[in-house]
Amino acid sequence: MKSQISYLNQIFVIIALALIGCFLTAGVFAEGTVPDLRMPTGIVESGLSQSIAEIKESKWPGVDESVVEKFAKEHGREAREPFINTDQGDLLLFVFLLAGTAGGFIAGYYWKELMVNKERQRTNGNI
Amino acid sequence: MRFQIIFLLISSFLLLIADNAHAMHLSEGILPFNWALLWSVIAVPFVAWGLYKLKKLSAVDLSFKPLVGLMAAVVFIISCMPIPVPTAGTCSHPCGTGISGILVGPAISILITAVALLIQALFLAHGGLTTWGADIVSMGVMGSFAGFVTFKALRSMKINMAVSGFMAGLFADWATYFTTSVELASGIKGDAPFMPLFWKILIAFIPTQLPLGILEGAMTAGMVTLLYKKRPDLLVKMRVIKAEEATI
Repeated sequence: MKSQISYLNQIFVIIALALIGCFLTAGVFAEGTVPDLRMPTGIVESGLSQSIAEIKESKWPGVDESVVEKFAKEHGREAREPFINTDQGDLLLFVFLLAGTAGGFIAGYYWKELMVNKERQRTNGNI
Repeated sequence: MRFQIIFLLISSFLLLIADNAHAMHLSEGILPFNWALLWSVIAVPFVAWGLYKLKKLSAVDLSFKPLVGLMAAVVFIISCMPIPVPTAGTCSHPCGTGISGILVGPAISILITAVALLIQALFLAHGGLTTWGADIVSMGVMGSFAGFVTFKALRSMKINMAVSGFMAGLFADWATYFTTSVELASGIKGDAPFMPLFWKILIAFIPTQLPLGILEGAMTAGMVTLLYKKRPDLLVKMRVIKAEEATI
């Protein structure tokens, strides 16, 4: 019974870390707030196609837009589309969901190895 | 254990409510080819030095690698994290190279910054592949060295850990944006004189980066102090402090 509980604890830790990993990575790029779970949270608006006027109007622009791209445009240079454009629909969110899931499971696995198994060895007197 | 879980949950919540991501890295195509190439050539030996150092240190102690992996994740997340600056009405992000420069040294800090920037350039459109070298030089090389040198210099003058960490984070952030201004001004100036454009760009960064640099300093001081109090053995292992200092 005790080993079953310990096994369940391990699964819980792995799943919890996987979920946190998803949230951590997806959350960085999430637009808006959490509560609306019906729709994907959207992705970064493309700054590349925005005019300077639009940038000035937009709220909280990044310094890449408000400084770097502004001065570059004034001197005849413009940012171009990235080679791999994940800024299409919710593709970026999906990529980060995958990365977060993979990262979360890896973190959970090593957490188990480092914390749970080591603790068990210590309890058994192997360390 | 309970503290760690609460910390993770609060961190997750804060990241979940984050707004659009903005980066300061030079975007794809901003620099002309010759300037992009020049900065890449400058960055290559530093990245090679980082690889050499990592190999050398992990040959002595294999557990150094997970620490480097952890620092890479820290730099990646910190340098992606948009923070609104109300005084300027803009968003920018800290660099994280101050703390990584202190903890793993400038060589490995440059290496992990290069990896973080590559992932951001490939998948997030933050920075670019052609401007990768320039971004490594500004954030990796200048940020890491500024953080490392400031911390070491202040510690050698017996300044306490918190103040040394704060100044290291502050100068790492400001050095990064100073270098970005140099790179941008030299790349886009055309026939115009360099200095006026450089000052114009640098001054445009100030409303955002002045407060953000202070925030980065506070973050760095917090992380270094926390490690010093809770895990001084890690600081000894990473040669940040001497063994006798850990017992204080």
